[in-house]
Amino acid sequence: MSAVLPAHGHADDHGHGHDDHHHGPPPGLMRWVKTTNHKDIGTLYLWFSFVMFLSGGVLALTIRAELFQPGLQIVNPEFFNQLTTMHGVMMVFGAIMPAFVGFANWMIPMQIGAPDMAFARMNNWSFWLLIPAAGLLVISFFVPGGATAAGWTLYAPLSTQMGMGMDLAIFALHIMGASSIMGSINIVTTILNMRAPGMTLMKMPMFCWTWLITAYLLIAVMPVLAGAITMVLTDRHFGTSFFNAAGGGDPVMYQHIFWFFGHPEVYIMILPAFGIISHVVPAFARKPLFGYSSMVYATSSIAILSFIVWAHHMFTTGIPAAGQLFFMYATMLIAIPTGVKVFNWIATMWKGSMTFETPMLFATGFIFVFTMGGFTGLILAVTPIDIQLQDTYYVVAHFHYVLVAGSLFAMFSGVYFWLPKWTGHMYDEGLGKLHFWTSVIFFNITFFPMHFLGLAGMPRRIPDYATQFSDFNAIASVGAFGFGLSQLIFLAAVLKCIKGGAKAGDNPWEGAQGLEWTLSSPAPYHSFETPPVVK
Amino acid sequence: MSASHAPAASATAGSAPTSYFIPEPSSWPVKGSIALFCMAIGAATWFNDLPPGPWLVAFGFAMLAYVLYGWFGTVVGESEAGKYNSQVDVSFRWSMSWFIFSEVMFFAAFFGALFYARQLSVPWLGDLEHKLLWPDFGGQWPSAGPQASEKFTTMGPFPIPALNTALLLMSGVTLTIAHHALKDNNRGRLKLFMALTIALGVLFLGFQAYEYSHAYSELNLKLTSGIYGSTFFLLTGFHGFHVTVGATMLIVILARCMKGHFTPDHHFAFEAVAWYWHFVDVVWLGLFFVVYMF
Repeated sequence: MSAVLPAHGHADDHGHGHDDHHHGPPPGLMRWVKTTNHKDIGTLYLWFSFVMFLSGGVLALTIRAELFQPGLQIVNPEFFNQLTTMHGVMMVFGAIMPAFVGFANWMIPMQIGAPDMAFARMNNWSFWLLIPAAGLLVISFFVPGGATAAGWTLYAPLSTQMGMGMDLAIFALHIMGASSIMGSINIVTTILNMRAPGMTLMKMPMFCWTWLITAYLLIAVMPVLAGAITMVLTDRHFGTSFFNAAGGGDPVMYQHIFWFFGHPEVYIMILPAFGIISHVVPAFARKPLFGYSSMVYATSSIAILSFIVWAHHMFTTGIPAAGQLFFMYATMLIAIPTGVKVFNWIATMWKGSMTFETPMLFATGFIFVFTMGGFTGLILAVTPIDIQLQDTYYVVAHFHYVLVAGSLFAMFSGVYFWLPKWTGHMYDEGLGKLHFWTSVIFFNITFFPMHFLGLAGMPRRIPDYATQFSDFNAIASVGAFGFGLSQLIFLAAVLKCIKGGAKAGDNPWEGAQGLEWTLSSPAPYHSFETPPVVK
Repeated sequence: MSASHAPAASATAGSAPTSYFIPEPSSWPVKGSIALFCMAIGAATWFNDLPPGPWLVAFGFAMLAYVLYGWFGTVVGESEAGKYNSQVDVSFRWSMSWFIFSEVMFFAAFFGALFYARQLSVPWLGDLEHKLLWPDFGGQWPSAGPQASEKFTTMGPFPIPALNTALLLMSGVTLTIAHHALKDNNRGRLKLFMALTIALGVLFLGFQAYEYSHAYSELNLKLTSGIYGSTFFLLTGFHGFHVTVGATMLIVILARCMKGHFTPDHHFAFEAVAWYWHFVDVVWLGLFFVVYMF
């Protein structure tokens, strides 16, 4: 088959029947193994992340089953620590991050009018590196000593002591880091170099903008994580003293290096979500996005600020008062660009002709619940309060509000929004709405009580607790199982949509804007063979 | 230098390409993943004294080398077949720049560890609060920490590191001469100065190997010499690894020059390797000043 796509003929703006005169995907399993197609790779990313989401979810449900009552019922404390650690690692590196890369793969070439990603072969490797990494994580449960149990942050000196599972986790993170860096270089290059003629940076869809900035963050901080875990590895096996005070090192130094990665990482997991919401809200309010350029500047500001706030994760581990003040105020500053975004979404809705199909439901739910997570973040930024709340369930509630109701809900919104474009079919609106309402209700049943648990002083990452915490824990566990089961509705809705359903037009949404809606549904195998002209 | 103007040109989203390049389906990536999986399992078992350990690492490494050879070979073939248009060229420029940026950030983590140890953790360990634990520890750099059992001597900037600085700076000059020769289509001069650049790089590595053996045998400076040994060997070691990779890349470029690849205005592979070599050079200057000199 030909490797070069010639620019033949007409620029078919509506994209009908683009693939009839051109090669489609090769048949069989090897299509997926050897693919250099951005849609195939995007699909692989999305399914991989969904499998990891369910696996990490099973770990979470085991945790919640154990915490349903005080006392030890189901797992022993050592295994409980492995569960909390691997739940975090799998959700962050296996579910949320790859899912957004899946969105990027599917949508960025279509949104900027390109045929594919800039480096289609490297794109394949970015995905296929995730499989050995996930394999290492799964294997680590079965080696002597079990999986790493140091928490997803892998703090020294815990991480410098554990068994072989820790080494496997370190190598898994190295490989996933390489995958992220390659994926990000690909995305940055695609956005900067493959845009259709006329699409200046400030005409670019918000999802591409947020991913451009996310990719920059990833390239900047994934190597720092690689450095930190390499130091852990050499401390473990080669006698170095980076995190060993007896040798002149400092375990707190690990926290500094880790959170220099870790805080930008938090925004890596939310900025693409902002991008998705910035497409869904205008489409269903039938109004252009309010304050596009301020959205771009706000996203950039969040990215820049993310590099100077890391020590707010360390208020209790020993930093000078001047440092606490600096990191407190710097952290609070982030509320400003984030507020700009929330107000812009609300202003977009203002006086719009709104309808609430499933994508819009999830987007509205996102704005409401994510903002609550933002507020608790602001509360946690206040040093004296954080000193009380550090490592309590209040923190668990906070970051699940921004990661589950934030990142995850935005992804659901995006999936329902673009499923018609991906599959050519409309999803089942009833199933979608059911998925939304069960998710949002059970989410709040699960995580809202955790605020109270944290304020009352229940520490996180423990398998047993004082009886005074029993009621709220029981409620949270019931909610968690409801939330977990709700995700099977999502699976059903997606499978049903892939198999059939009402035929989707090129633009099934009245108010959706952008180049991807000029293509046929399902989108042709190679998105734009000739560049469309953007005016 | 074409280094600077090319990315700027694309930021205006201007020129419409007449055709796009998309590579055919490829099995190199998945083979590379298998290689890395073997290396990871091999290293994890090796470090914990379990089988198969080093054998699996060796197998994985051999497979990775095979993948890199084959994959880059494919890319070279596509380039020589003229499949890469100017848009692909600009993509390569962007990606190499961002890759080098990621490398800068990797070294930043280790430089950061060095600054943290020198400015914060070692002085803290010597302060009043710690006198109860370690009454004799002064908190002075260089240090192997309050519980160091053996004395060691630090590695000074003279003569070898200074010599190595000169070697790397010289190699940057010879590489630039080679680049100009390529642009002037003076192939003889190009090959001569490429060979000189590689020789200087290899000489650097030879001196560094000698320096390491000197550190272990005469200075009692080891990887286990507390935080000084940790930062010294990991910073210089990762730099040495990058010199090795860079020299390998230079050798590939020289081999391609011998085969008649590259034209005076189409030779981004050469430039990419040159960028990388200069990056390695700059990292060394940082090391020379903060690790050896001060």
